[in-house]
Amino acid sequence: MDGKITKQSWRFVVDKNKKFLAAGFLVSLFLAGVVSFYASSHPDGLEKVAEDIGFIETAKDHTYADGALADYGVKGIENERASVGVAGVIGVIGTAIVGGALFTFIARKPKKSLNK
Amino acid sequence: MHIPDGFIDVQTSAIFAGLAAAGVAASLKGARSQLDEKSAPLAGLTAVFIFAVQMLNFPVVAGTSGHLIGAALAAVLVGPWAATLALTVVLIMQAFLFADGGLTALGLSTFNMSIIAVWVGYAVFLLVKKILPRGKPSIVIAAAIGALLSVPAAALGFTLQYAMGATGTFSVSTVLSAMVGIHVLIGIGEAVITGLTVSAVLASRSDLVYGWKDNKTELEIRRG
Repeated sequence: MDGKITKQSWRFVVDKNKKFLAAGFLVSLFLAGVVSFYASSHPDGLEKVAEDIGFIETAKDHTYADGALADYGVKGIENERASVGVAGVIGVIGTAIVGGALFTFIARKPKKSLNK
Repeated sequence: MHIPDGFIDVQTSAIFAGLAAAGVAASLKGARSQLDEKSAPLAGLTAVFIFAVQMLNFPVVAGTSGHLIGAALAAVLVGPWAATLALTVVLIMQAFLFADGGLTALGLSTFNMSIIAVWVGYAVFLLVKKILPRGKPSIVIAAAIGALLSVPAAALGFTLQYAMGATGTFSVSTVLSAMVGIHVLIGIGEAVITGLTVSAVLASRSDLVYGWKDNKTELEIRRG
């Protein structure tokens, strides 16, 4: 036991991480794709405060209020459960792509790269 | 707490867009020195998970719902710099794809949720962690209390913005008490979800939890 990271142990770490990432991603897909249908549709805290006090009137329509995924529903899918579920799945995949790309880019350490 | 366009005037929105941009720039720098090959994918997963859980509005009091912000959760899991970036990615996706949160108000919302909530949540986490005995349960409790307070802190951020540039004419003190009151209640939900998630990750992969790392080093068994 010299504490060195062998090729094998490194591979084990990577596999373990991949498993964890895959599990987290699947849980997220399930929450956004299935559970989201059961979310409360009441106004959130800020919206409720704005309604009660009265400044909700000052809200403008969203720039993309007519967008294909506006308000977490897919335009053209009539079934509410499917509509919010597909929107959620698209959001999870989109966030994974954007977030994954951003953090992978940030974590690149130029000083460690071989092409000097 | 996604702010729609129109609540806050353009000048104030511009000021906070600038502040938010500065905070995100600082976070890019901070996250760069902190993240490595192993933690970067976890930061991405944190953004994904927060997006998903933010869709799950839970009932709070009559006719009102709330949802996770995830700022304290992200700060404990991947550190405050990466947390700001993860939250910002989520807010951008929501505003541009799902018409959730106004585009001109994006700086306001980013300031409140990606910066204030992250740093208040993280500061409270560190403080509570210091007071409590070492151990995983303390990490969970500290994360939950950080989460609880991060939500009214973000609500205070909105109240400040309202005071500076409301387009409405209602009194700031009315908005202050209403915002803080309801968001303390939403904060309880935030604390529960954060506590459950942190304890689940600690149980399965405590080596991935940023807020647990310094404990782990001290407990490391030196071999050879």
